[in-house]
Amino acid sequence: MTTIYILWIRQLKRYVRSRARIVASLGQPLLFLLGLGFGMEPVFRKAGQGSYIQFLAPGILGMTLLFTSVFSGMELIWDRQFGFLKETLVAPVPRLLIMIGRTLGGATVAIIQGVIVISICLIAGFRPATLVLLPLTLLFMTLISLMFTAMGTAIAARLTDFQGFQLIINLLVMPMFFLSGALFPLRGLPGPLTFITSINPLSFGVDGLRYSLTGITHFGLATDLCALIALTAGLLVLGSYLFARIEL
Amino acid sequence: MIRVLNLVKRYGSITAVRDVSFNVRAGEIFAFLGPNGAGKTTTIKILTTLLKPTSGKVEVNGFDPTKDQSEVRKRFGIVFQDPSLDDQLTAYENMDFHGALYSVPGKMRKERIEQLLNLFQLWDRRSDLVKTFSGGMRRRLEIARSMLHNPTIIFLDEPTLGLDPQTRNQLWRQVRHLNETEAITVFLTTHYMEEAERMADRIAIIDHGAIVAQGTLAELKENSGSDSLEGAFLKLTGSAIREEEASQVERMRRMARIFGRR
Repeated sequence: MTTIYILWIRQLKRYVRSRARIVASLGQPLLFLLGLGFGMEPVFRKAGQGSYIQFLAPGILGMTLLFTSVFSGMELIWDRQFGFLKETLVAPVPRLLIMIGRTLGGATVAIIQGVIVISICLIAGFRPATLVLLPLTLLFMTLISLMFTAMGTAIAARLTDFQGFQLIINLLVMPMFFLSGALFPLRGLPGPLTFITSINPLSFGVDGLRYSLTGITHFGLATDLCALIALTAGLLVLGSYLFARIEL
Repeated sequence: MIRVLNLVKRYGSITAVRDVSFNVRAGEIFAFLGPNGAGKTTTIKILTTLLKPTSGKVEVNGFDPTKDQSEVRKRFGIVFQDPSLDDQLTAYENMDFHGALYSVPGKMRKERIEQLLNLFQLWDRRSDLVKTFSGGMRRRLEIARSMLHNPTIIFLDEPTLGLDPQTRNQLWRQVRHLNETEAITVFLTTHYMEEAERMADRIAIIDHGAIVAQGTLAELKENSGSDSLEGAFLKLTGSAIREEEASQVERMRRMARIFGRR
């Protein structure tokens, strides 16, 4: 327990201390929410889809969780590069506990960022349909954060330098965001796009968030939950496996 | 304390350590010297459970690092060649983190941290982030940290690299102090021959993965017919300059690329 706690609290301390990172990581969701949100609002309305901000806010929340979690997971690369990883890997504790502590820490950071972004959405005019489902929102936020932190860790366990980082962001994280239904409804898309969006882990996350916040869903609550739980479990196992195999 | 018998480590077709045998006795200061890429760090990694040997027998504190990993890990402290602190944490937090990982109980942890930070003259800076520390301070903090869980042996892999003579001097005095007051065994590597000369009870010299000489300072000088350790070292290992191995990680990465494992 101490091991998990100490690694968790370390992630939080690092987060709170890097104010630049907090501000910087809020810039992107803000730009999307305000720029894209208000920019597309008239077109979206004319198309008979209702308010775009209402539609977009859960997507922006999903995006924030995705980016923050993957970054947190991939902080492993920094720890390896700056040497701190050695300190944890040579200690007489099972690697699984280290992995759990790191993942919980990363996920907690992502959830905090998510709460900040949701608050900004509220200020920007977003109104949840009901507050009864708020615990469900939190559940989805937790699942998404755990899933992507584990994914980040799994990837970082196989990367040894920073070059790979940019590659992963451009070739994996960005496409996952754009093709998730965060920005546009998934109904009536061309065939290939329908296929890609329905195998994208973030799609289920965004859909679940959107259901719990606005009552609108594409896949259905049960599908969202089952898919997310299965994916999260799978990625946690994969992440732990790859983490346990890291050689210094 | 440490027994190594016919130790071999191969990376693919390259042999990093070939048939190495030596013993380190409890309470002594043992210097493990050799040119860059001679196999020092690889040997330390095997002794500290971070690498599995290809063959040979290794025993640390009576335990086998390949089988009783956790038992071995509880009983040694290590200062790696490269830094291993979290520079976003304070000195105290780095210590506390270590104490928690090694399950040092709360009250004992506090006392020991205070004692060690005082010994290494870092107590006044305990609440400062490590990123504000100089190289020498970081090194001292790492050595203090490696001692926190009361290990019976510490491994110091080139701890004085890049430090000025004043800092190096002071650092070795503190290590000597710990060796004398807590009877801790010290296994060190360094490129500064005068440090080994001054500190070590016994010395082993490794080159191209094999031990070329071992014994006390007097024995090494006598056997090689030199009047200094540096002379003996150069005689035994030749004066050709070795290709610098950036780090073990570098080497393994290159290996991995060559053999297409990733």
